[in-house]
Parts: sequence; structure tokens; C-alpha cells
Amino acid sequence: MSVVRVEELVKRYPKAQVNAVDAVSFEIESGEVFALLGPNGAGKTTTVGVLTTRVRPTSGRASIDGVDVVADPVGVRRQLAVVPQRSNLDRAISIRDNLIFHAAYHGVPAKVREARADELLTQFGLFERASTKPDFFSGGQSQRVMIARALMHRPKVLFLDEPTTGLDPAARLFVWDRLRELRDAGVTLLLTTHDMHEAAALSDRVGIMDHGRLLALDSPDALMRSLAGEATLELTADKPADGALADSLAALPGVERVEHLQDSQPEGDVFRVRLYIAGTEAAGLVAPAAAALAAQGLALSDVRLGTATLEDVFINLTGRSLR
Amino acid sequence: MSSVGLPLESGSRFAAFLAVLHRDVYVTGKELPAFLAQVILQPLFLLFVFGKVLGSLGYTRHGYADLLFPGLLGLTVVLTSIQALAFPLVAEFGWTREIEDRLLAPMPTSFVAAEKVAFAMLRAFAATLIMLPVGYLVLGHIPWIWGNVGWFVAALVLGALVGSGFGLLLGTLVQPQRINIVFSLVFTPLLFTGCSQYPWPSLARLRWFQVVTACNPMTYVSEMMRGALTPSVPHIEPWICLLVLLGALTLLLTIGVRGFYRRAID
Repeated sequence: MSVVRVEELVKRYPKAQVNAVDAVSFEIESGEVFALLGPNGAGKTTTVGVLTTRVRPTSGRASIDGVDVVADPVGVRRQLAVVPQRSNLDRAISIRDNLIFHAAYHGVPAKVREARADELLTQFGLFERASTKPDFFSGGQSQRVMIARALMHRPKVLFLDEPTTGLDPAARLFVWDRLRELRDAGVTLLLTTHDMHEAAALSDRVGIMDHGRLLALDSPDALMRSLAGEATLELTADKPADGALADSLAALPGVERVEHLQDSQPEGDVFRVRLYIAGTEAAGLVAPAAAALAAQGLALSDVRLGTATLEDVFINLTGRSLR
Repeated sequence: MSSVGLPLESGSRFAAFLAVLHRDVYVTGKELPAFLAQVILQPLFLLFVFGKVLGSLGYTRHGYADLLFPGLLGLTVVLTSIQALAFPLVAEFGWTREIEDRLLAPMPTSFVAAEKVAFAMLRAFAATLIMLPVGYLVLGHIPWIWGNVGWFVAALVLGALVGSGFGLLLGTLVQPQRINIVFSLVFTPLLFTGCSQYPWPSLARLRWFQVVTACNPMTYVSEMMRGALTPSVPHIEPWICLLVLLGALTLLLTIGVRGFYRRAID
């Protein structure tokens, strides 16, 4: 059963020339982890803004658990919780009070909210500092407090905006682990991110957005499989070569596409290509490729085996990189 | 993990409103000395210097303290409600974003604005009522007529509503980086053209200034307080004040709530 439903959603801000969100449709199943992936300004935050009743749609429909966001915003707010990218914790009160008052706003009975706050603070490793005010917390700690706060009223859908942007690797893994636990417990998660690793690591399905449009929507694996090849082979040789070499590489068995890589080599005196290969047997192509290079008088200096990433998918869809 | 599952039984919209109000009262309670200092100091010094010191030195006529006191009550109720609303609102919409958690609470957006007004009024009531014993201590007596308590309460409520309307307006219109300049540009004129230090009819000799003060809603709060506490001093009729204030607060609250919606929902 889909718990989040977005149909032909359009948002155009006053005085804007183009639609911030342009005819976007998708559905999220109950218990699913769904990521909207795209660069800044792609329309992810606006889409989430509509779903969380903070942005009024220009046209189209959006609903949470069957409740329309425009017709019954109060009903929608009961179902969801939001973890923003930047802290919006109440600075005048302790983090425990932050959790307790949030629950009170949502009508959680007094006895329940005290016990639940302590339980969540323990689970998020914050119990020792329960009576500290938010000003004394780092970015990663604030993020944990905000996730704990969001869970106080047991939301059906949890929205997270760039949940680990700016966090150090340990804090990032901690947040990822907590989000996986939530998924296992059946909470529906919608995260927005411009980090393909995050999208690939956490989500069941990824929607790729750019310029307000939803360009692709599938599981990370399926998206990566949709590229010409599943496996990639990056080759670097010691000097430049002409187009004939690329043609002979493309003719090797299993090679579906040859991409020239130049961006990271400003001096331009080397030859770098990435081969997209059908199947997963990239290693077997190293020797024939080296032979093809040698035939043109080039010596292989570096070899990298890989698989296509969501970044490749994004580049393939938009012609530019995520950042 | 036991901390997730079905949503807990949802509270009513009014319960969310009360919970937010409770949070504001709770924070004020924890900062009580700071709150008292903030609301008492300015009127206390005005009362002491203008009502007591200048009188004792013979620079003001006998009885000036009596006409000053109701004016200071008007000033306190209006300025306290403006400050209680506008300052936190600018910060909450601007950089702390604390208001987001309330805007996502299960209640209409108008309830969030109404809570702001209700809390600003509570603060204004507390600050103004404290002035009664403070005035008694500083001046030795205060003008008070039990038969006119109805007008006093009306002036208190209308003054707090007008101040809240101003606060909502300023709090949603002012950009955070301009808060200091805007507040000094608004507060000082408001403070000195609100007829708190002089009764309005006495300005007949200074006609242009009388016209200026007639444009400040605080004038009608001060005058209504005089009508209630010192009716022997010439003042604007309370029922005229009542009508003007009802008009002013309707206008201010309408624009203020509209500004609040604009900031709350894109």
C-alpha cells in the first residue's frame, strides 16, 4: 500500500520563470526507504515542502496515508515528522525538554512522553547529556537529537533533508545505522540528498531529480544496470592517442560504450578512457585492451575496475555531475 | 526497536495550542528574574524620574504623577506585547528556525500565530499589573477607582491586542539583519507619541503634535487608562478610544496574520 502519493505535482514560486517542481509523480510504499537524489535546486526540497505542508502546490495532488496535504494539512501533520538539514532545536530548553514538548504538541500523554524521551535519548547515545541545551551540541549530535525528537510521536513517514551532509564519517555511520533500524521497524523514510553514496547505501528506491523533473525512478541496482554496462574498466596510458584507438577498444567483446575521461588530467598528455562492459567480466578485458594500446604504441600505466555508480546514472541522464 | 510503530493517539488542535503556550510560559518561568527586569525597569525609571524626582524638585506641578501613572500603564502594556512578540518571532523565522517544530504540530497555522498573540498578551498583563504595586511603592499612592475597573481591564486587553498586532507585523516583515535599526526607528517614536507622559487634550496648544499623536494607537490606550484611573484629568472619551482601538487592532492583526502566513507557508 502506498503511504506517500504524489501526482503531477507542480510548484511555481511567485515571480519565478520556471517551475521549481514540474509535473512530478511518484508513490512510496509503506515501510520503504525512498531517496530523492539531485543537485541543489533540483526541486527535492520543494517536493518535500509540499508533502510536509510548508509549501502550497501550484497544481497536482499530494497525500500522506490517503490524507490530502492541501485539504487537510493538520491531518497530514499528525502522520509525519521532519528532520531538517540545519538544527531548528528549541535553544531555550534542554534536549530532553525538546523531545517532551514536541510530543506534547502532538498530544502524546504526559507519562508516555517522559518514558519515551528517556528511551530515545538512550538509544541515540544522548542520555548522559539529556539536560544540556542544544547550543552545546555539535552538528552530528544535533542531528541525532532531531531524529530522536522526530520519533517522539511515532510518525508514519519520516522526512530527512540531507541527513548526513557535513557530518564526520563516524557520525554519518551512526545516523545511517539508526535509519536502517527505523526501516527495519517499518517506518517509511523519505530522504533528500545530493550524495549518491547515501542514496545507494540506504534506499530501496531512488528518484533522480533535476530542474524540477523526476528523470528516473527505480532501485539503485536497477538504475545502475540501466546504464550501458554493469561493470566499468578505466584505463590510463602514458600518452595521448587518436580516435582509432577508441574505436578498436569499442570493438573488443562485451564493450558497450567508451567514454573519454579528461577532467582530472589538465595537462592532457595521457590517454584515459572508461569502458562500460556488459556482464561483470571486466578483468578478462584487461589483457586485450593492453594489447590494443600496445598496437598504437601506448603503454598501460593504470587500470581500475569498477561498477557503474548512481553518479554515472546521473551524468548519463543530465550530462553533468551531481556537484 | 520498540520506539517506533503505530502513531500514538492524536491530540486535538486545541491541545497543541495549549502545549505550545505551556512551553512559552515554562521558558518564561525559568527566566523569571530576567523577564521581570526587562518589563519593570523602563517604566520604573520613568515613574521615578518624572513622577518622583522632578516633582520633588518642583519642576512638575502637583498631580503630574497622577496623570503620568495611567499613561505609563498604557505604555507598558503596548510596548511589552510588541517586544514579547516581535523579537522572538524575527529570530524564530530568521536564524533559529525554532518555529518550524510548531508549524508542523497538528494544528492550523493560524493557531500558531494566535498562540504568539496569547503569550504576548499574558506577558503584557503581567508587566502592567506589576506596575500597580511598583507605582504604589515609588509614589506613595496610585490613582485607582474601583468603579472604573471595567474600563481599566478593557484598556489592558485592547492595549495588549494592539501591541500584539504591531509585534506580529514587525516580526514577520522585518528582515533579521535589520532588526536593530527597525526597532529603534519604531520604538522611540512610539514611546514618545503615545500620550503616556501628557494627556492628549492638553496638546491643543501644539496642534501639529496633537495630530501626530492621534495617529499612534497607544495614545488611545493611555487615554483610556486616564479615563479609568484619573477621570478628572481632561482625556479622550473612553468610548472613542474603544472604537479607535477596535479598528486599529483589526487592521494590525489582519496584516500581521497575513504576514505570518506568508512566512510560514511558501
